[in-house]
Amino acid sequence: MSAVIGHDGHGHAPGHDDHHDHDHHGAPRGWRRWVYATNHKDIGTMYLLFSFTMFMVGGVLALGIRAELFQPGLQFVNPNFFNQLTTMHGLIMVFGAIMPAFVGFANWMIPLQIGAPDMAFARMNNLSFWLLIPAAIMIVGSFFMPGGAPAAGWTLYAPLTLQMGPSMDAGIFALHILGASSIMGSINIIVTVLNMRAPGMTLMKMPLFSWTWLITAYLLIAVMPVLAGAITMTLTDRHFGTSFFNPAGGGDPVMYQHIFWFFGHPEVYIMILPAFGIISAIIPAFARKRLFGYTSMVYATASIAILSFVVWAHHMFTTGMPVTGQLFFMYATMLIAVPTGVKVFNWIATMWRGSMTFETPMLWAVGFIFVFTMGGFTGLILAMAPIDIQVQDTYYVVAHFHYVLVAGSLFAMFGGVYYWGPKWTGVMYNETRGKIHFWASLIFFNITFFPMHFLGLAGMPRRYADYPMQFTDFNMIASVGAFGFGLSQVYFFFFVVLPMMRGKGETAPQQPWEGAEGLEWEIPSPAPFHTFEIPPKLNSTGTKILGYGLPAQDAPAAA
Amino acid sequence: MMTIRSLGRASSRLALALGTALAFPVWAVGDLAGGPKVNQYDLHPPATAIAADVQWLHNFMLVVCLVIFFAVFGVMFYSIVKHRKSKGAKAANFHESTTVEIAWTVIPFIIVILMALPATRVVVAMKDTSAADLTVKATGYQWKWGYDYLNGEGAGIGFLSTIDPTQREASDAGKPTGDDYLFRVDNPLVVPVNRKIRIITTANDVIHAWGVPSLGVKQDALPGFVRDAWFKAEREGDFYGQCFELCGKEHAYMPIHVKVLSQQAYSAWVDERQKEMAAKADDPNKVWELAGLQARGETVYVANCQVCHQASGKGGSGIKALDASPIVLDADKLKQINVLLNGAANGAMPAWKQLSDTEIAAVVTFTKNHWSNATGQVVQPTEIAAARK
Repeated sequence: MSAVIGHDGHGHAPGHDDHHDHDHHGAPRGWRRWVYATNHKDIGTMYLLFSFTMFMVGGVLALGIRAELFQPGLQFVNPNFFNQLTTMHGLIMVFGAIMPAFVGFANWMIPLQIGAPDMAFARMNNLSFWLLIPAAIMIVGSFFMPGGAPAAGWTLYAPLTLQMGPSMDAGIFALHILGASSIMGSINIIVTVLNMRAPGMTLMKMPLFSWTWLITAYLLIAVMPVLAGAITMTLTDRHFGTSFFNPAGGGDPVMYQHIFWFFGHPEVYIMILPAFGIISAIIPAFARKRLFGYTSMVYATASIAILSFVVWAHHMFTTGMPVTGQLFFMYATMLIAVPTGVKVFNWIATMWRGSMTFETPMLWAVGFIFVFTMGGFTGLILAMAPIDIQVQDTYYVVAHFHYVLVAGSLFAMFGGVYYWGPKWTGVMYNETRGKIHFWASLIFFNITFFPMHFLGLAGMPRRYADYPMQFTDFNMIASVGAFGFGLSQVYFFFFVVLPMMRGKGETAPQQPWEGAEGLEWEIPSPAPFHTFEIPPKLNSTGTKILGYGLPAQDAPAAA
Repeated sequence: MMTIRSLGRASSRLALALGTALAFPVWAVGDLAGGPKVNQYDLHPPATAIAADVQWLHNFMLVVCLVIFFAVFGVMFYSIVKHRKSKGAKAANFHESTTVEIAWTVIPFIIVILMALPATRVVVAMKDTSAADLTVKATGYQWKWGYDYLNGEGAGIGFLSTIDPTQREASDAGKPTGDDYLFRVDNPLVVPVNRKIRIITTANDVIHAWGVPSLGVKQDALPGFVRDAWFKAEREGDFYGQCFELCGKEHAYMPIHVKVLSQQAYSAWVDERQKEMAAKADDPNKVWELAGLQARGETVYVANCQVCHQASGKGGSGIKALDASPIVLDADKLKQINVLLNGAANGAMPAWKQLSDTEIAAVVTFTKNHWSNATGQVVQPTEIAAARK
């Protein structure tokens, strides 16, 4: 019962202690269990709870933005505070919510999917989680520093950052810490995946979620130091008299953008590739049919990752590049549509002639494909440099990246919570509530963000505290939708997450989904505190456990 | 996507009903020619060939994407309806097909190439800023635009373009009015019709972006660097844009107004403007009386300072008060002069060195002798010139 806080901290599920008899070190009780945590499941739980908290904080900031934009004119905040809201909403959602949430999924699921007893570096795992806390305190606390929180946009473009108050330094340090945490998490994931797979679990038999995370981890290691470099140069420009980006001293503000987006573009794939992995687990389970084109999925993921390094300047078409530069980045960007399309086609081919049911995880997965693809289309439209220049820094871009980040990353994670939640907690969620959460989120999401396409095409710039009155109606619709979306997530926490964590609901069987395959469904629900201490013997597809290395054991009850 | 659009409409009605129910003010607003229309959901009607090309490209992409959208999701939703367990569908066993994989890699690749061809032509055209009839430098300041006519008819004209202060106040008060709300400036950029105008952008402090949707032009204005863009308006009229790159707290309040005139009207404007400038040119060595300088200073204050420091001189929400400020009252005039020339508070107070010596002298004198401040001090333009060194 490792994800359940409170009672039964020891967590040995009855009936599954056959090979645990030698185990004298169960879960420590009380606060020590969490502060000293080295168990991948506990750390995964903490990551998920942390990121949900930050999701709520970032969401409140977003609602501040939408409240102000409900009508033209300034009603609630002044323009300076408005800029703080947009900046901190972006930073908190990207670095505090989406990224740690995926690490939480990785912690929970990768060892279970590959048959490893834990993550490779258990104590480093603990450190990478606990580093998040001071970073979060610093970044949220920056609102209370003199001059307020950073207000230069989440992209932290120089030289505007050079004008910011002391909170900018707090923000930079927080990003450094979060970066260190991410790099440690990535090293852990890479080593775990490459070294700790159960015998017989070859790379090309590995579930796609583990595959996408392996690739994502390499992306993180490649680009987090680049971000650290960019913000360190900003820091020395601010305090130590350097002029990397300060034109007054001969620096180049566009260089900042090149460095930032060399990090920033792979970063957006860091936030979507694990989502592809989750969807690739859910679709086959509920279509009761094997994933179509597994090999091409792996190659498509790798192609997207490689291409992500050569498209960064499509964020910078209006900075004024030579024609050849614009053409190169335009072509490279459009090329990404090909492997992304392959993924969507593979998912649909998996559904084709399956035997589908639509429990909540499947609803999220189908919702993901449908709405994420719209974000993909606007991405393709934005890739065309002339159109991009026309809508650069307008709400069209805001709509586009919320379609891929909210409807993409976030929807996939919700799907993952419903899909694996029973395994984590040992309790089934309430199907009706799950469906309410899904439909409310999907509808309010579109009410919020669809009108933003119109606003952007009509030329409404982003990061504006006040806007011409012609834009009023669409802004009102978006604001109404945003509050609905926010409330749906509060509902999710109180009516889905909390009951599961408190163990209220139907007991989850070992295998709650008829068509799901994989090692995580070969162990009891909730997953025992320790799993795979003895390497399992796998069948030829690497999806079933035939026994454990030691004395022969009855095959687990077939699902 | 149509369903979502109609959902949007339904929720629009809901929002409006909600708005009326909660007695929110109903905004009376009409279309702004050359700017946004009420509830505009598409690109602006183009006024240049480039803007027309961009619109064509966008429509083309929209159609291609919608066709793919309906094809792909037609298949998906057909499958969702037909291949359900509840309808007795039995799962098939296929899970691989190299032929199919190659097909759906190659076909999208070809589609992408077909999309890139027309886009390439437009990129090349957009970038060709050669052989311009008129070259204007647009400089981004926190938070206004400066225009300097460099080449062509009207060379030598230069002025600042600032948002109408009443609109800025209306924003703070939460009481916006007018179809051109947040678009009205004191001095629009004036250009002739059917002439190729090259805009050179740069900035004084942070990055801004000069963009006018109807003209199909948007270019970042980078401090310390120059970039260029061009447009050739095909019809006369007023065209509006805004700053498109986050540049600090007044980012939303530095609009762009381009007035496109006929060739004759443009020549007349140039004539008038040049005479005005000759008349207005300040002699930097003139020794001013307190009253004259104070009156001049008030106009400088209203145009530049009042946005933050307020008409009352009390500042507020983090902005320092000038009324009874120790720096303003100080006998050492240089203290205040240096703040104006170099900025203060990490740029919260920007540097105003782009103003002329006379303007700075006037506004310093004004603040030293207005509200409760009665120092009697007069700051002459020569003192500013000396402080600049």
